[in-house]
Amino acid sequence: MLRFLALRIGRALLTIALVVTFAFVVLRLSGDPALLIMGPEAPPEVIAAFRKAWGLDDPIWMQYFDYFGAIAQGELGRSMRDGRPAVELVVERIPATLALTLPALLIKIGIGIPAGIYAALHRGSMIDRAVMLAAVAGFTVPSFVLALLLVLVFAVQLGWLPSGGQDSWRHAILPIFTLGVGGAAVLARFTRSAMLEILGQHYIRTASAKGVPWRAVVTNHALPNAAIPTVTIVGFMVGSLIAGAVVVESVFSWPGVGRLLVVAVANRDLAVVQCILLLVALTMVTSNLIVDFLYGFLDPRLRTRTGSA
Amino acid sequence: MTEVVVAHREARPRKAFWPALPVSVVVALGWIALMLLLACFSEIIAPYGFTKLDLRNRLAPPGTVGHWLGTDELGRDVLSRLVFSIRVSLLIAFGATIISATVGTVLGFLAAHFRGWVEQIVLMLADFQASMPFLILALAVLAFFGNSLPLLVGLMGLFGWERYARISRGLAISANAQGYAGAIRQLGARPSRIYFRHILPNIASTLIVSMTLVFPEVILLESGLSFLGLGVQPPMTSLGNMVGYGREYLTRAPWIMLCPAAAIVLTTLAISVIGDWLRDRLDPTLK
Repeated sequence: MLRFLALRIGRALLTIALVVTFAFVVLRLSGDPALLIMGPEAPPEVIAAFRKAWGLDDPIWMQYFDYFGAIAQGELGRSMRDGRPAVELVVERIPATLALTLPALLIKIGIGIPAGIYAALHRGSMIDRAVMLAAVAGFTVPSFVLALLLVLVFAVQLGWLPSGGQDSWRHAILPIFTLGVGGAAVLARFTRSAMLEILGQHYIRTASAKGVPWRAVVTNHALPNAAIPTVTIVGFMVGSLIAGAVVVESVFSWPGVGRLLVVAVANRDLAVVQCILLLVALTMVTSNLIVDFLYGFLDPRLRTRTGSA
Repeated sequence: MTEVVVAHREARPRKAFWPALPVSVVVALGWIALMLLLACFSEIIAPYGFTKLDLRNRLAPPGTVGHWLGTDELGRDVLSRLVFSIRVSLLIAFGATIISATVGTVLGFLAAHFRGWVEQIVLMLADFQASMPFLILALAVLAFFGNSLPLLVGLMGLFGWERYARISRGLAISANAQGYAGAIRQLGARPSRIYFRHILPNIASTLIVSMTLVFPEVILLESGLSFLGLGVQPPMTSLGNMVGYGREYLTRAPWIMLCPAAAIVLTTLAISVIGDWLRDRLDPTLK
């Protein structure tokens, strides 16, 4: 188990290193980072100081290590627009994003998993078909189309809800719904196929053959095993709590991280983009790590196998 | 009795290979054919140029004579713009899918051929690609490099390569262990010949199925970026781009946004239907 966790943590660190490398390479390829980050209007002595501070006159491999060092200390540059530290700008947007993505995650899990389990247990029933249909729709209807359709119906036609902004809780309903419904459909489809695969296993047949009541077979044998692939998908959803609302936030003019990212990309505000990129990588890697820990709890085989290997 | 069984057996393969196509697949194929037709013959089919203004008919509703799907805020014909948008979106999606399939397959073959640290690097990159949300990486690249059509196609071409790489690596490793690959190697064929002339045709069906599964995602990704105003730039137009601009006129002229939205949804739906069907037909192991 320890070895398993050490391997996983090593891989998580490697992923972060790769993201930093990606940012470094892309930043160097796109031009002089001093001009890009400080902006073309910056006075020459500031540029010179920046070049010195970031070691831009050093050989490239040294710059690479210095870049790592700076990021490890939280030196992520300043926003081109108002000169504030990029980290500050990004961090103050996080609560707004979480206000959308956390309730949406609850909807996804609360509807998606039970619907998927029910559909698998009642294969071919009306509900099963409805779940599959919703899952296909959830995949093929892009979130911005769903969002605009909801605005068209609930804001324009019926006038029940506002179409954008962040003034009251009523403004959050449509974005949360947009995020939640699509995700719930995807999760339902995954849960369904995971359950169906488990229900076809020999040990399920053995359990029912020796007279275990069906309800107990499902709760004691099928659900714990089907939880493993489902946890992976939920982990990915948790990992995208920060980045998963880019499109929806833009449609509803919700002042979260996603909208900040779109505006920053449009203005080529590189420090902010780089900061969000690292933040997303960090959340993604952290949630992947949590999923790996959970695997250890859910699947005792994994503990013993890697422990002995 | 035995004769009947034999006859039955002989008759079966042909039937099993070309069964009656399900209605949904026929409809999906029809839709894709229509889209391809529109994309190939945009100039002939579109009643107007996609930037042609008709200032006397601004925001005309669908059904107006001469503008069957209505016009937008500048009096541009929605039908014509739709036809050209379909061309651009399909072109980007095709280009991107071909690039990512080629890159992924070559990397998978390299990993299978050299094993060792080459394989480790390819697998590590694949893990990295799969664990980061692609939209964020794409936005970062667009922020650093600015925007142009070749860059956009190249960027979309990085989407999904890791799936082809994993599949082709796995299949090439098992093919190398089979007799036919070994026999050709003994005959003195160069590795590139073994991989591209002999192994590739044998694993092509699996790769084609993966392509049909990745293709709709590429369309959705491009339309998402264009919707945000960060993909295809005006005066060029794409489906996502049209939805993005149509959004401003949601209350007064919802058709500007609804027509391209319907095109996106129906096209991705059609390709998914065909992809699922192909997967069940050609390669049930892919799930």
